[in-house]
Amino acid sequence: MNFHSPYLIESTYLIATALFILSLKFMSSPTTARHGVWAGEVGMLLAIVGTLLNAGIVDYRWVAIALVLGSIIGVPLGMVHMTAVPQRTALSHCFGALCVTLVGASEFYLQSPNVPKFTMSVLAMEVILGSLTFTGSLMAAGKLQEWLPQRPITFKGQNFVNLGLLAGTVGVAIFLVIHPERADLFPIILGVPFMLGIMMIIPIGGADMPTIISLLNSYAGLSAAAMGFVLNSKLLIIAGALDGASGFILSVNMSKAMNRSFTNVVFGAFGQEQAKAVGGVEERPVKSATPEEAAAILGAASKVIIVPGYGMAVAQAQHKVRELYDTLTKRGVDVKFGIHPVAGRMPGHMNVLLAEADIPYDKLMDIDDANSDFPQTDVVLIIGANDVTNPAARTDKSSPIYGMPILDVDKARTVMVIKRGMSPGFAGIDNPLYYLDKTLMLFGDAKAFVGSIVRELTGGGGHG
Amino acid sequence: MKFDLITDLYVFMLAAFIGFAVIRRITPLLHTPLMSLTNALDAIAVVGAIIMAGEHKTTLSTVLGTIAIVAATSNVVGGFLITDRMLKMFKSSRPQKP
Repeated sequence: MNFHSPYLIESTYLIATALFILSLKFMSSPTTARHGVWAGEVGMLLAIVGTLLNAGIVDYRWVAIALVLGSIIGVPLGMVHMTAVPQRTALSHCFGALCVTLVGASEFYLQSPNVPKFTMSVLAMEVILGSLTFTGSLMAAGKLQEWLPQRPITFKGQNFVNLGLLAGTVGVAIFLVIHPERADLFPIILGVPFMLGIMMIIPIGGADMPTIISLLNSYAGLSAAAMGFVLNSKLLIIAGALDGASGFILSVNMSKAMNRSFTNVVFGAFGQEQAKAVGGVEERPVKSATPEEAAAILGAASKVIIVPGYGMAVAQAQHKVRELYDTLTKRGVDVKFGIHPVAGRMPGHMNVLLAEADIPYDKLMDIDDANSDFPQTDVVLIIGANDVTNPAARTDKSSPIYGMPILDVDKARTVMVIKRGMSPGFAGIDNPLYYLDKTLMLFGDAKAFVGSIVRELTGGGGHG
Repeated sequence: MKFDLITDLYVFMLAAFIGFAVIRRITPLLHTPLMSLTNALDAIAVVGAIIMAGEHKTTLSTVLGTIAIVAATSNVVGGFLITDRMLKMFKSSRPQKP
């Protein structure tokens, strides 16, 4: 049997493709999801072994060294703490884009000056998307890791500059398709998107990260699909299309959950107009409560919904929240969690943090289920979430977040909000929820405050 | 190298439809592991990089291909590893088989 047979190699790719699609299918339920990882792993292994059989490979030394080195780098990237998952994800988009861009660039120099028109056009798409995703994801990872300022940085004419850069790059790419012999122009379609990736992320604030990460996910997938077109590899085209579709669905979900269009997220750094809305707010009285009072109210409730936000992740409060969940459940209180799609820094972020704290996933409700439960709920406890609970989104047409789907926490009998102080959320919008009669503000650090409530409930003797 | 553009476009279109149909059904509960899984699958680009580095046509293509393999392999290993770690944590409160 000939191990270098293209038929043998292609059949490994065919099986790998089927396994990849199955892998995503298994992900539809938490009970089968781990099979998805196994299917993906087997598919990947088959495809890599199949590729190594390729008759064109004359030198295995560098391939072997690179495979080992990549695996060594991959292990710590797979073992990061759960709170670091958003920046890890951004970093992996960055690596994926790097791979695609480098292969694209060397393919160009191998085929230059006789690059067929079709190859040149997909190649241009591959390196433009790849290069842009590379720096964009690197910047996003830097912001999430807080190496870079998380605040949106804006300047006049930003969108004009970005669009100009993009148009220029596309222009050069079209010129290269017609004149592929002008290899001297190739660095432009590598370098300008490289800059553009940085420029694109500079104006993005922390709360827009879920949308941007999904968008970069989609770009990474599309650039890999373009690479598939260049190399005429169906496996790559399919894997890239699946990844691109996934990123696209997630980014549409995220922008819907913020009631903003794609273009608005990418081109309209939130800050500016909204800053004015804060100006006119007068000091209004709020009711606050101590841990003792909060514990008494929670202990007397029969149905409680906890609404976590990014603040819970920042305060690392999820394990204390788990203790609260245990304590209340033991007393016969029905405790569930209401999770807004954009809570946290990436899609599904809160679910992973709560699952890590051993909270059963059937207690985690999405926005629709939570909203149908709030009217029958005694107490809602909000931990580190703000804008996603703002009733102004429902009622106040002048509010910048008007129309955004929110968790209707104000429908519950009592609302408790754990918050450091009265500062508004990322959008700088005042939250009328805090001034309602049924609302109690619990001022303090989320982790410490939840800890005090737990101590009160278990009668452990601690006082605040 | 023969380019079968039309076939490739059909493949892309069908894969995109399958992607939309399958991924739309995935619960928001698992969106984070979904993203890390698709990341790992997307690193299949490593096959292109292996050929690029292994064919050893020019020094440039070998060097760039080798770096590309490192980047993609770290996504394969890291991506599958963290996805599995995350999914292991999702437990139901309903009684389970041991």
